[in-house]
Amino acid sequence: MKSFFHALLKSRAGLLGFILLLIFVIAAIAAPWLGLPSPTRSNILARMTPPTWTGLFSPGAHPLGTDELGRDMLSRIVHGSRVTLTIASTAVVLGGVVGVLLGIIAGYYRGILDRILMRIVDIQLALPLMLLALLVVAALGPSTQNLIIVLALTSWLRYARVIRGQVLALREREFVLSAHAIGAGTWRIILRHLLPNVLTPALVIGTLELARIIIMDAALSFLGLGVQPPNPSWGRMLSDGRVYISTAWWIVTFPGLAILLTVLSVNLLGDWLRDYFDPKLRTLR
Amino acid sequence: MTRHLLIKIGEALLALWGVVTIVFFVSRVLGDPTVLLLPLGAEQAQIDALRSSLGLDRPLAEQYVVSLLSMLRGDFGISFQHMRPAMDVVLERMPATMLLAGTALLFGTLFGAVAGSIAALKRGTASEMIVMIGALLGQATPVFWLGIMLILLFSVELGWLPTGGSGSIAHLVLPGITLAFFVTASIARLLRSSLLEVMREDYVRTARSKGLMPRTVFLWHIARNALIPVVTMIGIIAGELLGGSVVIETVFAWPGVGRIIMQAIQAQDFPVIQAGVALVATIFIIINLLVDLLYSLLDPRIRRK
Repeated sequence: MKSFFHALLKSRAGLLGFILLLIFVIAAIAAPWLGLPSPTRSNILARMTPPTWTGLFSPGAHPLGTDELGRDMLSRIVHGSRVTLTIASTAVVLGGVVGVLLGIIAGYYRGILDRILMRIVDIQLALPLMLLALLVVAALGPSTQNLIIVLALTSWLRYARVIRGQVLALREREFVLSAHAIGAGTWRIILRHLLPNVLTPALVIGTLELARIIIMDAALSFLGLGVQPPNPSWGRMLSDGRVYISTAWWIVTFPGLAILLTVLSVNLLGDWLRDYFDPKLRTLR
Repeated sequence: MTRHLLIKIGEALLALWGVVTIVFFVSRVLGDPTVLLLPLGAEQAQIDALRSSLGLDRPLAEQYVVSLLSMLRGDFGISFQHMRPAMDVVLERMPATMLLAGTALLFGTLFGAVAGSIAALKRGTASEMIVMIGALLGQATPVFWLGIMLILLFSVELGWLPTGGSGSIAHLVLPGITLAFFVTASIARLLRSSLLEVMREDYVRTARSKGLMPRTVFLWHIARNALIPVVTMIGIIAGELLGGSVVIETVFAWPGVGRIIMQAIQAQDFPVIQAGVALVATIFIIINLLVDLLYSLLDPRIRRK
């Protein structure tokens, strides 16, 4: 653990991603206690106030401006990160656990189990994920719980398909064959020889998936199918602000920047994690 | 090879059946379209008459079998909104979607391949830095936000290009750049890591040590093998472009299939939802079939299994 953080401190990109993500996570957790104005209280007199940096710490200041109802943009973005990060991380964990397990089982056992699983994956993959998410959210109704289910539903097969492919190749490799030869049991091979070898790809998929899910969550909100108002969500802020694009550029700019920075931090950290856990790649550097 | 092909086609048909089934059941949960079609305070008798004329009063299983059979003939029913065959409504919008997605895929793959190769071959140089920073930004940027930012810059501020709509090359520029940026980033990043991985293989060292030209080693030993995950990626990206058309077409008021599906979901226009999703899925299934075949051409190990 000590060497882990030591290595993180030495890597510029990984550290940058880690710090950025940490800021977002802390902001998300501490949002109600940061002394920000209420993210839902509108003030029609202060509507579409441009960002102002003078008197930053005075009570009426809006460092990122206000939206079309006079709500403080900074407060809405910070509270929005709370909503987004909770939904996205839950969905990634849910999809990842299911996907990795099914992928290993399909790749190792092959045969009928593999066929059925991959057929389900194929059928689901034949439907572009965004359309599937759209259909299911529209049918179930937009709620936080449904959103998590839908996002995990679009995610598990990414792991399953890639991990299965890896396991198909791994199970023919010498170290697995020799484990077989010395009489190792199925579960020992899966847990000791296959799982450790697919954790790195699973982690890389996981970070890419966290990033993709944050974006898809924002896209669904953008289309009006995400977390419902008055709760702040980054995608909804973008779509509501689009009408005022010619007069108030900040309403459409800052929520998108928040998405961009969150996803960027996740990707930076993910890349570093991959390099850290894959010693073969690390010796190259 | 013929057997492999037949199996793949069979799988594709099975996937299509699965998609149509998912779409049928999901869209039946969406709600009752008669509420939207009739004026407020319509008589119960009127509602019943409309329900039976649309076949909505039948048992679900019967509706499913009837739907499935007519879908096989390409008949998805009459659009509640447009009062003409749903498939016609969707098909009209298909060229616009294909034009946009095709343009983005073509340019994105080309730029991505070049950028990814440069990044892998010029390790540790400024070129690699630039490509990697660009790819990181490209993958982190939500396409709809990038679209809005481009509108803000090129349409609202500079007034060079239209904010949305279609009809000329100028209309294609902003949505095309938006999507191509995303494709380039994905391809460049994946190709770079894939190339680096293959370069470490023993057979590459063998090829180098027996004195082959660096170009020969790169094209025949490295690139050929590094392309395998990229080919899979292109299939996935095609799906994201087709599914993502819902979002990008909303941003740019692009008259494609994505926009009509979105409108149909809001209006609970079942036939159009079914026709739209089935059509997009069919195209996507065909693309994946081609990807599969290309995959087995590139990797003979898979073909022989």
